[in-house]
Amino acid sequence: MHQILAKQALGPEIDEFQVEAPRVAQAAVPGQFVVVRLHDRGERVPLTLADWDAAAGTVTLVVQAVGKTTREMHERYDVGDGVLDVVGPLGEPSVLVHEGTVLCVAGGVGIAPMYPIARALKQEGVRVIGILGARSEDLLFWVDRMREVCDELVLTTDDGSVGRKALVTEPLAELLGAREVAHVWAVGPAVMMKFCSATCSKAGVPVTVSLNPIMVDGTGMCGACRAEVGDRVRFACVDGPEFPGDQVNWELLIARLAAYKEEERCALDRYRRMVREAAS
Amino acid sequence: MIRETQVAMREQSAASRVRNFDEVPLGYTDEEAREEAARCLQCKKAPCVQGCPVEVDIPAFIGQTERGDFAAAAATIKRTNNLPAICGRVCPQETQCQGVCTLAKKFEPCGIGRLERFVADWEREHGAQAVEPPPSTGLRVAVVGAGPAGLTCAADLRMMGHEVTVFEALHEPGGVLMYGIPEFRLPKDVVNYEVDGLRRLGVDIALNMVVGKTITVDTLLSEGYGAVFVGSGAGLPRFLGIEGETLIGVYSANEFLTRVNLMRAWQFPEYDTPVKLGRHVAVVGGGNVAMDAARTALRLGAEHVSILYRRTRQEMPARVEEVHHAEEEGVDMQFLVNPVQLHGNDGVLAEAECLRMELGPPDDSGRRRPVPIEGSEFLLDVDTLIVAVGNQAHPLVPRTTSGLNVTRWGTLEADDDGVTTRKGVFAGGDIVTGAATVISAMGAGKKAAAAIHRHLAGG
Repeated sequence: MHQILAKQALGPEIDEFQVEAPRVAQAAVPGQFVVVRLHDRGERVPLTLADWDAAAGTVTLVVQAVGKTTREMHERYDVGDGVLDVVGPLGEPSVLVHEGTVLCVAGGVGIAPMYPIARALKQEGVRVIGILGARSEDLLFWVDRMREVCDELVLTTDDGSVGRKALVTEPLAELLGAREVAHVWAVGPAVMMKFCSATCSKAGVPVTVSLNPIMVDGTGMCGACRAEVGDRVRFACVDGPEFPGDQVNWELLIARLAAYKEEERCALDRYRRMVREAAS
Repeated sequence: MIRETQVAMREQSAASRVRNFDEVPLGYTDEEAREEAARCLQCKKAPCVQGCPVEVDIPAFIGQTERGDFAAAAATIKRTNNLPAICGRVCPQETQCQGVCTLAKKFEPCGIGRLERFVADWEREHGAQAVEPPPSTGLRVAVVGAGPAGLTCAADLRMMGHEVTVFEALHEPGGVLMYGIPEFRLPKDVVNYEVDGLRRLGVDIALNMVVGKTITVDTLLSEGYGAVFVGSGAGLPRFLGIEGETLIGVYSANEFLTRVNLMRAWQFPEYDTPVKLGRHVAVVGGGNVAMDAARTALRLGAEHVSILYRRTRQEMPARVEEVHHAEEEGVDMQFLVNPVQLHGNDGVLAEAECLRMELGPPDDSGRRRPVPIEGSEFLLDVDTLIVAVGNQAHPLVPRTTSGLNVTRWGTLEADDDGVTTRKGVFAGGDIVTGAATVISAMGAGKKAAAAIHRHLAGG
C-alpha cells in the first residue's frame, strides 16, 4: 500500500499527488513512468512521473480526471488514503542533449512530465526555452516551477485568458525560424505532439515526444502499447515512452487510443451511478 | 485383474462449460482415486520417477492413496514438489511420468496426474499439516520472478534454511500460472493456496518489484543477498511480423489472457479492465496457449472461434487433452493455414488474408516444414485475431545485469545446475530454455536451489 501524503488541486479536475514509493523514488530518472492500480478491482494505469524525492521516498503524480480510474482518484483519494500498487520506474530514460538551445513544448497535463526533463536539460547546461499551452488560464499550472528551470518561458491559451491566444505550434514555429535550436521535446495530447512534430520536421530540427498509448502490464509483456515508429513496431512501455516524433505513425496511435472508448464510457457511467446511489 | 483403462474423471459438459469460467474436470472422489491408485504396478525401478522433472516418489504416494492415507500421500509429494495441485492440472504427464509408465506398454498408463491433483485437492480441503522449516542459516537469497521456476527454487532454499525474498514484477505472484493459464484450467484459488503455503514456510514475496527497473541484480548482490536466482521467464510476446498487426482487434495471446486472467476482464465492469472481443475470432498457433485463448474467447461470448495452424494436427505442440477439450467446446480447427496480411476498416481489423500450406521436408526441429501453396490466398472474416505463436525470453534482467552471457535467442547462458557466467547468479526456467512447460521450469528451479545451497556453503 502506498500512502498519499499530499494532494493539491492544480486546476479544475487536475490534482497533484505526493505518493509514498521509496524504491521508485530512488531509481527514477526523467522520461520514466509508473503503473498505478488503485484497489483490488482496479485497472493498471500508466502515469508519467512529474517529480520524485529520493530522500523523502515520494513520487509526484499529476492526474486529470478523464476516465473512471482518474475520476476515482480525483473524487475519492485523499491524504491518508492508500494506493494499492505503484510500480516503476518503467520505460527508458530521456536521452538528454548537452549543448545548444532546446525547446520544451508542453500541452495540458503534459506540463507535469515535461518539468523533470526541462530541469535535467537545464542541469546539463543547455539553454531551455519552455512553451506551455492549455485551453485556458485555469488549466495552466506549474508556471513558476517551469520558470525556475527555463531561461525563457512562453505561455499560450486557446482563449487568450493568459499569455498568447494561440496553439503551441505558433510560437514553436517562430522560435524554430528565429533561433538556432538543437532539439525539441513535445509532451502532451497526441494531436498536439503530432502537430509539433510536423512543425519540427519542416524546420529540420529533431523532436522527441512521449507516447501515452493504452497499456496493461507496462513491462513489455503484452504489447497493447505497440506503436509504429519509422518502419518498426515498438512497445512504448519498454522501448519508449520517448520516440522521435517525426517518425511516429500518429494516425495509428490516435486510433488505438480510442480502441476502448465504449468500455471506458461504460465504466465511467457505472462509477457515476454508484457514486449517486451512495449519496442518496 | 488390472483395469485396462483409467478411471474417468467427471467433467462439466461442453454445452454448460462454454458459458462459465469454472474448472472443466471435476476431480476424483475418494473411491475413484483409490480405484485408480490400485492400477499402479508399484514397479521397483519406477520409470515414472525418472520421468518426473522434480522426481516425485510416485509409487509411494500412489500406494498411500490406494490405502486411503491421503495425508501421507500429500506429504510424500510435497517432499519434492511444492506446487502439486498445479502440476496435477497442467503438467504434460503423457510425455513425462505417464509416458514411461510400465502399464502403458499394454493398457492406459496409471493416471498419475489425476491422482496428484486428487491428493493435493484433498489436502487443501482438509487442511494441510504444518511444515516446520529448519532454523535459519542467516544467509539470504533473492529470487527474481514468482513463476513456477522461482517459486520452486524459493521453497527448496527455504527448506534448506535460507532466507528467501522473491521479487515479482506483477501485482500477484504466480507468473504464467496467474496471467496465462485460464481459470477454467487452473483456478486462481488453487494458485493462491499453493503460494500461501510458501509464505507460511517463511518465503517473503515482494510484489510490484520490476528487477532491472525498480532494483537491479547488481544492487541485490551488493545489498547482502548471497546469491540471486533469475527465473524471469519468457514474457515477451512474439508477433507474426505481417502487415496490419497493429490494427485494433489484434492481440498477443499474452495481452488477451492477461486482461482476462490477471485483470479479470471477464468480470468487467465489476473489475475495471475491459477486453474487447468481436464475433469472429481467429487464434493463430497450435500450442496450449492457443487452446487457452480460443476457449477463453468462446466463454466471453464469441460466435465463432477458429484456430489457424500452419502445420497439421500431428505436429500440434498442444496437449491432446487441450485440443480435445477445445474441439468439444466448438473451436474450429483449421490446419495448414497461415495468415499473411491483415486488412482493416478505419483502423479496425476486418479480414485476415491467409495462405494454404502443405508439409515439406523436416526442418531443424524435426517437424515437417510448412510450405505455402502458390495462389491459394483466401480471405477470412475476423474481427479479433489473437497471436499465440510463442514468447521470447524477457530481456530486462539480461540487459541490466553485468557479466551475464546471453545466447542469440536472448536467453541466459546457464548449465544444467542453473550456473550462469556470473558468480552468485543462477538462472532457470523459460529465461534459459525459451518458452517451455511449468514442470520443466520447476525442475530447473529445484536444481538451481541445490546449486545455490552448495554455493552458499562455499562449494
